[in-house]
Amino acid sequence: MAEEKILTGAQMLVESLERVGVEVVFGIPGGAILPAYDPLFDSELVRHILVRHEQGAGHAAEGYALATGKVGVCMATSGPGATNLVTPLANAYMDSVPIVAITGQVGSASIGTDAFQEADIRGITMPITKHSFLVTEPRLIPGAIAAAFRLAASGRPGPVLVDISKDALAGTGRFQWPDAVELPGYHPVTKPHSKQLREAVRLIGEAKRPVLYVGGGVIKAQAADALADLVKNTGIPVVTTLMARGALPDSDPLNFGMPGMHGTVAAVGALQRSDLLIALGTRFDDRVTGKLSSFAPDALVIHADIDPAEISKNRVADVPIVGDLRAVLDELNELLRGSDLPDLGPWVTYLTSLRTKYAIETEPTKEGRLSPQYVIKRIGEIAGPDAMYVSGVGQHQMWAAHLLPFERPGRWMNSGGAGTMGYCVPAAMGVKVGAPDDVVWGIDGDGCFQMTNQELVTCALEGIPIKIAVINNESLGMVRQWQTLFYGERYSNTDLKSLRVPDFPKLAEAMGCVGLRAETVEEVDTVLAEAMAVTDRPVVVEFVVHKDAMVWPMVAAGTSNDDIMIAKGLAPAWDEEEL
Amino acid sequence: MNTHTLSVLVEDKSGVLARIAGLFARRGYNIESLAVGPTEVVGVSRITVQVSVESQLVLEQITKQLNKLIEVLKVVELDPQTSVSRELMLIKLRADPATRSQIIEIVQLFRGKTVDVHNESMTIEATGSPDKLDALLEMLKPYGVRELVQSGLVALGRGSRSLTERPKQDRTRRSN
Repeated sequence: MAEEKILTGAQMLVESLERVGVEVVFGIPGGAILPAYDPLFDSELVRHILVRHEQGAGHAAEGYALATGKVGVCMATSGPGATNLVTPLANAYMDSVPIVAITGQVGSASIGTDAFQEADIRGITMPITKHSFLVTEPRLIPGAIAAAFRLAASGRPGPVLVDISKDALAGTGRFQWPDAVELPGYHPVTKPHSKQLREAVRLIGEAKRPVLYVGGGVIKAQAADALADLVKNTGIPVVTTLMARGALPDSDPLNFGMPGMHGTVAAVGALQRSDLLIALGTRFDDRVTGKLSSFAPDALVIHADIDPAEISKNRVADVPIVGDLRAVLDELNELLRGSDLPDLGPWVTYLTSLRTKYAIETEPTKEGRLSPQYVIKRIGEIAGPDAMYVSGVGQHQMWAAHLLPFERPGRWMNSGGAGTMGYCVPAAMGVKVGAPDDVVWGIDGDGCFQMTNQELVTCALEGIPIKIAVINNESLGMVRQWQTLFYGERYSNTDLKSLRVPDFPKLAEAMGCVGLRAETVEEVDTVLAEAMAVTDRPVVVEFVVHKDAMVWPMVAAGTSNDDIMIAKGLAPAWDEEEL
Repeated sequence: MNTHTLSVLVEDKSGVLARIAGLFARRGYNIESLAVGPTEVVGVSRITVQVSVESQLVLEQITKQLNKLIEVLKVVELDPQTSVSRELMLIKLRADPATRSQIIEIVQLFRGKTVDVHNESMTIEATGSPDKLDALLEMLKPYGVRELVQSGLVALGRGSRSLTERPKQDRTRRSN
């Protein structure tokens, strides 16, 4: 408590944001939050980016957080402003993204009276935030902001909401910055238990078919280099989940790619035939395990995670390790150095044969139309492994997860747990704001793009030159794929008829972006070269692609990973005698 | 299904009960009884919750999920062998001058009290373990229960140790 001064609550808010190092806020003003926007107007440290929809603000805050490793911030007014943040908060909760949402609330005397633009946003967001605050007194604002940022960023990261009543923003009080944040019920365990680590090492020393099942926690813990060391030290094969693509370079021969419903045969096979899963910062999501009772049936499980509640939630862990992945991996490396491990040669050879035999298809065309897989692969080849890639949700996301050049951690952002269509454009905006010197490519579908493309206006006006590829298959492709496979090709309400309506390049131009289109293999490289050359404005490139392309491999929902299909009605040959 | 008693120490802040109730509801855990009240420490409330679970793993998951709530200070399972637990019951019975003395006799056997008497009714207060209260209720039913209210179970560990004394640091012990 160095100095004390009398400020309005709004001034306290802005000063608090400055003190925790906020540089960017994505938001939209409105009645209840209006007092906060007045001092924000004068802040020299905090840049406010005026988005076009609060959902865009939330996803942009997520993208910013993922690109920078800092806490992303979004701001909205009460009622509908706040409820529009629900989707990004839920998304950030599922994917453990550190964001703080600041919402205005009606005056404290009106709370509970169904006042104009009143919504109990703290109550609404309780199940989808790490924590939430309702502040109704000016003097409590600095403490709430300090606590919110600490909670969002530490332990298992996640979204925190701070709802501030209008009278708390407008009223005055003595500004007191808390010396220490008091959260008596919050003690995340970061240091792993040495006994459990030794037990893990013992199991690793005995396993003949071990697999490192790597999740997004490794990237969040900035532990990719420690993972690389572990792989080098032990020669254990690796699978990287949707959230962990890039945690180990795909060029590493021991990386067998993404497991799960649309995983590679090699990655799914690795988990199913493993005798020891070393699960790192991952949560045995149903999209990875398939039918849980038949998931990795022969494997013992070492499970390391910062969140104790993830351990033994879905699959019982034989060795539970609670801790920060960085510390876990460093200590495992230390303990394993120079230890004598079983020969993993036959196991690696087997998985390598699966990888060779069942590569993801990337033919340039099918039935005379561009294939989406080829387009996405080409974007990755041209933009290279140093670009940032953001995707929407659906078929294009799965193809991107397989085919982009994942060589570095933290270059791949997508909506994993929540599966939020519309994530791509606003998240890409946030990524670009956080990493202005990097090329940012959004890989989006025509369905997703039509949900949140209005943020391209924000990008055009605020100087945020992202590049968006709209993979246009004229349909809600993933849903259509399920209809093809499970609903007798009855395409109920998945046909978006978006061949020319909307005209995506014209729409892009109307929003102040460059709009391009490719329909042939030749045009793909031409428009990508054009898109790469634009650096002063956002670019939207529409790729008109084959409508019936399907994501393979696939494990049908609710079935066993063992029943993975590589095409309709076609199962891989496991050749287990090779093991 | 087995019933377990959890003592949950929480910060006494607005919304904390909603967080806990919401957690049980959305994750599909069954609450059998719930009692909330202040403790000897200012700003700390104690929630005693009885849950019925299929397995120890579910109980462990409930404990972990409760611990994840920022305002939860400590979660401890109270073993019936090493704790005392009580419920409070108020029972309004039909009672006329003819049955009144019989009822009073039963109530005294269970160490209950008569807290209100009227020409046609009387109200009984009884505390005890759920088993004892069930037994009392069985005895009183024939007289005609007009209204009944029952508190959630409250429980304390036996011996000199105190839940509020020990810090929260070792709360993740079971998973380590």
